[in-house]
Parts: sequence; structure tokens; C-alpha cells
Amino acid sequence: MSFLEIKDLKVHYPIRGGFFHTIQDYTYAVDGVDLSIDEGKTYGLIGESGSGKTTIGKTIVGLEKPTSGKILYNGQTVNSKRARKKLGYNKEVQMIFQDVFSSLDPRKKVIDIIAEPLRNYENLTKEEERKKVLELLNIVGMPGDSLYKYPHEFSGGQRQRIGIARAIALNPKLIVADEPVSALDLSVQAQVLNYLKKIQKEFNLSYLFISHDLGVVKHMCDYIYIMHRGRFVEAGTREDIYNNPIHIYTRRLIAAIPEIDVKNKEKYYMIRKKVEEEYNNYSSLFYDEDGKVFDLIQISDTHYVAIKDKEALKNVENNIA
Amino acid sequence: MEAEKILEVKDLHVAFRFQDKYYDAVDGVDFTLKRNEIFAIVGESGCGKSTIVNSIVGLHDKNFTRVSGEIIYDNANIANYSEEEFNKIRGRHIGFIFQDPLASLNPLHKIGKQIEEPLIYHTDLDKNQREERVLELLNQVGINNPKRVVNQFPHELSGGMRQRVLIAIALSCKPNIIIADEPTTALDVTIQAQILDLLTDLQKEIDAGIILITHDLGVVAQMADRVAVMYAGQFVEVANAEELFDNPLHPYTRSLLQSIPQSDSLGKDLHVIRGMVPSLRNLPRKGCRFAPRIQWIPESEHEENPELREVSKGHFVRCTCWKNFHFEDEGGN
Repeated sequence: MSFLEIKDLKVHYPIRGGFFHTIQDYTYAVDGVDLSIDEGKTYGLIGESGSGKTTIGKTIVGLEKPTSGKILYNGQTVNSKRARKKLGYNKEVQMIFQDVFSSLDPRKKVIDIIAEPLRNYENLTKEEERKKVLELLNIVGMPGDSLYKYPHEFSGGQRQRIGIARAIALNPKLIVADEPVSALDLSVQAQVLNYLKKIQKEFNLSYLFISHDLGVVKHMCDYIYIMHRGRFVEAGTREDIYNNPIHIYTRRLIAAIPEIDVKNKEKYYMIRKKVEEEYNNYSSLFYDEDGKVFDLIQISDTHYVAIKDKEALKNVENNIA
Repeated sequence: MEAEKILEVKDLHVAFRFQDKYYDAVDGVDFTLKRNEIFAIVGESGCGKSTIVNSIVGLHDKNFTRVSGEIIYDNANIANYSEEEFNKIRGRHIGFIFQDPLASLNPLHKIGKQIEEPLIYHTDLDKNQREERVLELLNQVGINNPKRVVNQFPHELSGGMRQRVLIAIALSCKPNIIIADEPTTALDVTIQAQILDLLTDLQKEIDAGIILITHDLGVVAQMADRVAVMYAGQFVEVANAEELFDNPLHPYTRSLLQSIPQSDSLGKDLHVIRGMVPSLRNLPRKGCRFAPRIQWIPESEHEENPELREVSKGHFVRCTCWKNFHFEDEGGN
């Protein structure tokens, strides 16, 4: 059962200019996306910078106001602040940020950082609070003596784990993880990903995993949305996306992953060249004259592609795939 | 045929000063760069990979750094060149591509002017010839409408375009060596692939050696001819790219490769390297530097003074601990 649904979400930013600073045009950061989130699953949101993926994440947690469209939580709209408060939505949806250096207040001790959501929503005594924070630190594998330290005393991976501890403090249902590991080194990244997976099992959490690293997304996500120019170009299970990508943008993304396979270096190089060619030749089937992405068409139970029409799909299947 | 050596680094030490004491961030690095070769240096942040290349082009502040050892370029040791002497090499003989293209371009000058600048300093081309060369360079790096781009400012270009401009600047005086310090880290995957392919294509044309600094093993696998893996200021393994990925020997290299999310890692936990990279000041200077992170390997397996040894042709590994290395959960023999 999906507990969170997003319907035709649009977020447009006005571009102001001219003498009176009037609205001249809009940036269509998110332009009509649908998305639903089930319990205990991980969803990937992939796209290049500027494609609007972070905007979706921010809108879901309520840091950004939707221009139109609905966010439904258990069937009820949570577009407004008041509705979110009434339904306890803010407690259920938390966020982990990309930049671990700016997402923790440098003047607060770890205990104050992690306890902040607890102080907002739960009435705990000092002792209970300390216990709870210790428990949370334990979950993310941090030593108990970090309680009274400041963020600068920790490394990047440890800070990200503090961020995770803060996000899970209120037993949320959904965590929006915005590029949680892209600032981290490889070995530290592995550690953070492992903790995210472990916590997911323990708390039956859902993740919306925003990333541009297709390797990480493949490792983490059950269902994947590919985003381009503010819209979804393809959505499907991990197998759909990685084994049978249809949209040229997806194909290009996947071809661009640097594979650890030295022997076939030349082959990958050729594939990239070929996909690039396809991208230029077939773009009219996937984007209209204004460069807008078409609506999604269902091609199997789980797999959706944004393509002009069924005919174009056949054309593509015969010529490319 | 043995390719010509264009750069030789011997026992390079680069030390930074903290409170009147010097600490080696690069601790005895040797390597050679041959013409037409891509030599990659991989390692995590803080291992000293950028420090090496910065000392090759003399970008360190002399008041706080001490460079010792030899960097031999064109039969001269450039390690302790003065600023004036470096100015003659930088741009002319050694081109540099940085990680952040926006920060390395001057926001106040047009692209054309910025590409022209090294030509003014290092060549005697006249104005028209320079303009021609600028357009030629922009063409070479795959910019479709060079005539327009020369009159644009950096902020008008996308990240990928800016990186192309940086590459054009690096190539402008036909250098012998190009240093690419994380050239694609700030870019999207698709753009990254384009830039890397561009570098590969160019490398065949320009007849130079490239030193590629990166932390992405995928990039290394797709680009490099030879690879050095760096940990805490030292090379721990040096080998041809194919050999390194087929037959990684040093525990650090093996652990790194294990921690990448790959298709066969689905549903499994990723490998985590225990402990932390030691900070520069607390770095143990004796013994195997990786030992604290593989504590299940008995001390007797390590060398007292680990050295980089050739174990098969062109494959060098530091310390002896790789011989009986096993991951913690594998159990040993």
C-alpha cells in the first residue's frame, strides 16, 4: 500500500526582471510528475544537475511550495503547513542532506543536534532524552562519548551518520536522502550505505534516494525514476531500468557509467559513441519541438517510458534495443 | 619500443608546516611518466595525490611547504625552482586541468581572452595567428560554435563547456605533460563520459603524457594505462591498469575494489574498511601504514620498513602483508 502519493506535481520558479521587477517567465523546475511510495521500499530518483530531483525531495518534506498538484499522505492532502501539522506529517517524513558540513549546526553539541526533533515533538525528561540519543547513536554505530562533542570533531562519514541519527529520531516512515554519499570517500560511502540498509530493515523505512550515481542507486533501490528537464522520462524496477532501458536519456546515462572492466575499455567507448549518435538521431521520438518530455506510457506492469506514441515505441524497439 | 620518459619523480617528499614542525604529506614517491601514456593516481581525499601534482608545477606556498627529492623534467630538477623559473614551464610545457572549472576561469574576462593568455606569454604568434589558434583549439575540444564562445563569459557556459575551455587552455601551447586533477568530479555522469572520451581522443593527437588524479576507480579503469594507488602519502601499489584490476594485491587496493557497489553486490553489505585514515600529524611514520586498518592480520606479516617491491614485471606492491592477506570475514589459513 502506498502511503504517500504525489499527483501531477508542478513547481515553477518565477524569473523576474525589467524595470518593475515583474515576472517575465517561469523556470519549470518540476513540471508534472506522479510518484507513489510504499512502505519499506527504496525509490531512486536519478537525473543530472538541474533536472529538478532535489526540488521534488524538498517539496515532499515541505521545504518548497508546490505550484500545483497534490501530495497525498494516507489519502489526505498535505500541501499546506496546517494540514501537515494536523496529520503529524512532519514527524513521518525526514530528510538527510548532501553536504554534511553545512547540515549540522557547528555551535551545537551532538546531543542537541540529535535531540532537536525529539524536543519538538516529544516530551522527554533530560534522562530519557539522553538515553534515546545514545540509543540512536548506537544504531548508526557511533561511540557514546560523541554525545558532548561538536560536529567539527568528526569526519565526513561520521557526520553523515549523525545526520542519519537525527533523521530517524522520530521513527519516520519516509526518509528523503538527497545525495547522502556523494561527498564521501569510497570506503566511507560503503559504510553509510550499509547503515542505511540496516536501519531500513529495522524500522521498515522507505527511502527516496536522490542521486546521480547510478552504481549507488542500483545497489540501493527497488524502483527507479529517471528525471530529465523537470519530468520523468522513465520509471521502472531496477531490472527494467538497467537491463531494458528504452528512453534514449536513460540509455545515455547507463552508457556513461565508468565500468571497472579494463579489458572491454574499447567496447564501452564504442557503445558510448553509438548511444550518443542515437541520442541525436531519435530525440524527436522522445522530446517534442520545445524539448519537453512526453507523457509516460506504460509498457509493462512496472515499466513506464516517456515516448511520443506506441508507434514510436515499436520503432525504437526495432532500431535501438 | 620503449616510450620516451618525459617526467621522472624520485623520492619526492612534500611537507607542510604546522606550528614550526614539518609533516610529510607526500612521503617518498617515485614514478616516471612516458610520452603518450595516461598515468593515474587514485586514493581517498587527503592521501596526498593533489599534493604531488601541485609540487610538479610549483603551486605550493613556499612559506609553509618543503619540497625535497627530485622532479626531473627535460634533464633539470624542477623541484625547487623559483617562481620565475616555474612561470616558463607552467602552461608552456605542463598544462593543468583543475576540478572546478568555474573557479579556475576568471569571471571578468571573455573566454577568447583567457585561452589567448598563455599564447601571449609563451609564443611569438601575432594577434591574428593567436585568434586563429584559439578557434582551432575550441574546435579541437569539441565546441561547435567557437566564434560565439570566444565572446562569452564563463558564467554563460555549462559545466561541461567550461571544462572543455579549460582543456583548450591546457592544450594551447602544445605541452608535453598534462595534469588533470579530478577533471570530472564536478560534472554529471553523461558529461563526465564526454569529457573523458574527449581526453582519450585528444591524447592520441597531442603526443603528451597525462597524469590523471581521481578517486573514481571506474574512471581509472576506462582511462588509465598505468595506475598508482596511494594511501597516507605513499604509493602502495603500482601496475598496468589491466593487471591492477585483474590481480590487485595490496590489501588497500583489494578493500577499495570491494567497497564499490557493483552488480554482484546486490542484497549484500558493502565492504567497509575498518578505522579511519590517520590525520597527517598522527600518522605513524614507521611500519606498514595500512596495518591499523587490517588488525586481524598478525604483525609478523608486515615489514618493518615496507618498501615498494616489484612482484611481477611492472607490478609493484608495498609491504609484505599482501602475501597472506584475507578479508576479516573470510578466515585465514
